[in-house]
Amino acid sequence: MPGQPAPIQKVEGRGLPLRGHDIDTDRIMPARFLRAVSFDGLERHLFEDDRAADPAHPFNDRRYAGAAILMVNRNFGSGSSREHAPQGLARAGIRAVVGESFSEIFQGNAAMLGVPCFTASHDAIEQLQALVEWAPETVIHADVESGVVTAGTVRVVTSLPPALRDSFVSGQWNPTAMLLDRFDQVRAIAAGLPYLNGFR
Amino acid sequence: MAETLFEKVWNAHAVRRLPSGQTQLFVGLHLVHEVTTPQAFDMLRQHGWKVAYPDRTFATVDHIVPTIARRRPFLDVMAEEMTAALERNCRDAGIPLWTLDSANQGIVHVIGPELGLTQPGMTIACGDSHTSTHGALGAIAFGIGTSQVRDVLASQCLALDPLKVRRVDVNGRLAAGVYAKDVILTIIRRLGVDGGVGFAYEYGGSAIDAMSIDERMTICNMSIEGGARVGYINPDETTFEFLRGRPYAPAGEMFERAARWWRHMASDRDAAYDDRVTFNAASIEPTVTWGINPGQSVAVSEPIAAVATDEAFAFMGFTPGARVAGTRIDVAFIGSCTNGRLSDLEAAARVVRGHRVAPHVKALVVPGSQAVARAAEARGLHEVFLEAGFEWRGAGCSMCLGMNTDRLEGQQVCASSSNRNFKGRQGSPTGRTLLMSPAMVAAAAVAGEIVDVRTMLDEVPA
Repeated sequence: MPGQPAPIQKVEGRGLPLRGHDIDTDRIMPARFLRAVSFDGLERHLFEDDRAADPAHPFNDRRYAGAAILMVNRNFGSGSSREHAPQGLARAGIRAVVGESFSEIFQGNAAMLGVPCFTASHDAIEQLQALVEWAPETVIHADVESGVVTAGTVRVVTSLPPALRDSFVSGQWNPTAMLLDRFDQVRAIAAGLPYLNGFR
Repeated sequence: MAETLFEKVWNAHAVRRLPSGQTQLFVGLHLVHEVTTPQAFDMLRQHGWKVAYPDRTFATVDHIVPTIARRRPFLDVMAEEMTAALERNCRDAGIPLWTLDSANQGIVHVIGPELGLTQPGMTIACGDSHTSTHGALGAIAFGIGTSQVRDVLASQCLALDPLKVRRVDVNGRLAAGVYAKDVILTIIRRLGVDGGVGFAYEYGGSAIDAMSIDERMTICNMSIEGGARVGYINPDETTFEFLRGRPYAPAGEMFERAARWWRHMASDRDAAYDDRVTFNAASIEPTVTWGINPGQSVAVSEPIAAVATDEAFAFMGFTPGARVAGTRIDVAFIGSCTNGRLSDLEAAARVVRGHRVAPHVKALVVPGSQAVARAAEARGLHEVFLEAGFEWRGAGCSMCLGMNTDRLEGQQVCASSSNRNFKGRQGSPTGRTLLMSPAMVAAAAVAGEIVDVRTMLDEVPA
């Protein structure tokens, strides 16, 4: 199960290229699979409708079975804030996503599960996707601190928001314990908010 | 130093800088619904954490609940199970919950403002991306995922990075038949569905100033469709008058003190912005989406530009250069957190009055809340819709996301007042959604195809 915090310095594994811009979370995890009180089994429904419509969909392609690093294009994970989308990906074994850009909510939700979403240029992503389509067995190495992603002879530099990067490296990407750590300060802020204190 | 409302609210709620470098931000109001929270409550139990501020947490059911046959137990066993789980969780934690038998039930983003829970200067979070809606009253409101719901339940805080602020001015007057929905669809078309990533959108200008709170909510609601997680409008007299007398709003002398603080929280006149864009209200026309994201829209009188991907054209069945007007529809849906409020139903009823829904069209009106339904019924609007052949349903999210039994079938085409035209969004993997204003949906329901609502408004003076 995703979510047990530990330092994440690097992610290694085979790649899964998924081409297309603006792939929203309704497509990653259609709403009917949100009809449940747990996240169990969501990995079975990833891209269910897209996969049914397209037998050649990368998530149907056995060459990419067991991949750990998803490679996407622009504005991946847009739309609904449903964590079910990154939950499904994490439960299917995806441990990092490399893309041109991400929706902010998706990137944050994925981070809470220990899944970094690295951004890189269009050309860098194109190179990685093309390489993995050509040679799916290639092992990809993503270094969280430096952002360097290598795949065979391809080397690209990616980035993460600095706070997310540091939280992965230090193992503090699941923040609840930190948020509870100095609760006296939380109470002090609440005590100073006019709307919690009769606007006095 | 001059500051934006975003900066003022952020600073007032910043608890500390976390070791990770993120800000620990206090959440003044946490809204909870049945679909994105059961796992969060489970995580709390696993860790032995308690809900930190149950008195700043309010819950309702909206996403999966039925809009017909609303007696318990629901015929839909999953709707029943998820509602029962929320009831248990709220009872255990002491969180107020409004279920279908409560007069306060409705879509979470409709009832927050309606009850006066949503107020200027607050931070708000909810496990739903359309939480940006609450920015219409000058709050900073974040849509969050379930793990963050867990964080807010446990600590009333979020770990976040600050956002940049883009000022979006809309100046001038909207023409008759042009609504807030057309404005936000036009903004998203120009700035892009990912143009707002990393930004909060501050909307202003004379056209926004002239809008009611209902209209401002339509604008802020769809900020996320432009990539902006947060959208807001500075509080003004319209905001204060909206809040006055609402159940959870401050009353009496306290209201005057509140209004002083709210005024003070508005962006300073000389505040600096990270970016500015301007729109001319008079040039905005009734707008309809033709593609598979909310940025793929076109003025109803214009041909579709051939700039988008083949995927959208293939899925929707349009061709570059075609017009959306004349597109035959199967379903008309009026409702959602975008356009399910009283003024939306009034605008639609004005078009529908004296007409019949085309025989091949299934048409439904789903009020955004039970309070909206009561107010509409008091004005006889339900009769206008029922006489025309619309169904008049109970409050909920309904066909906006097709989580209950209100869904498209097969390749049906739906004229919808909701917020997303994504593939599969309305419950059928091949269903097709055209987003537009409630008045345009009403016009399409009557005509049986997409028409310019202005041609029908000529018949019935407002």
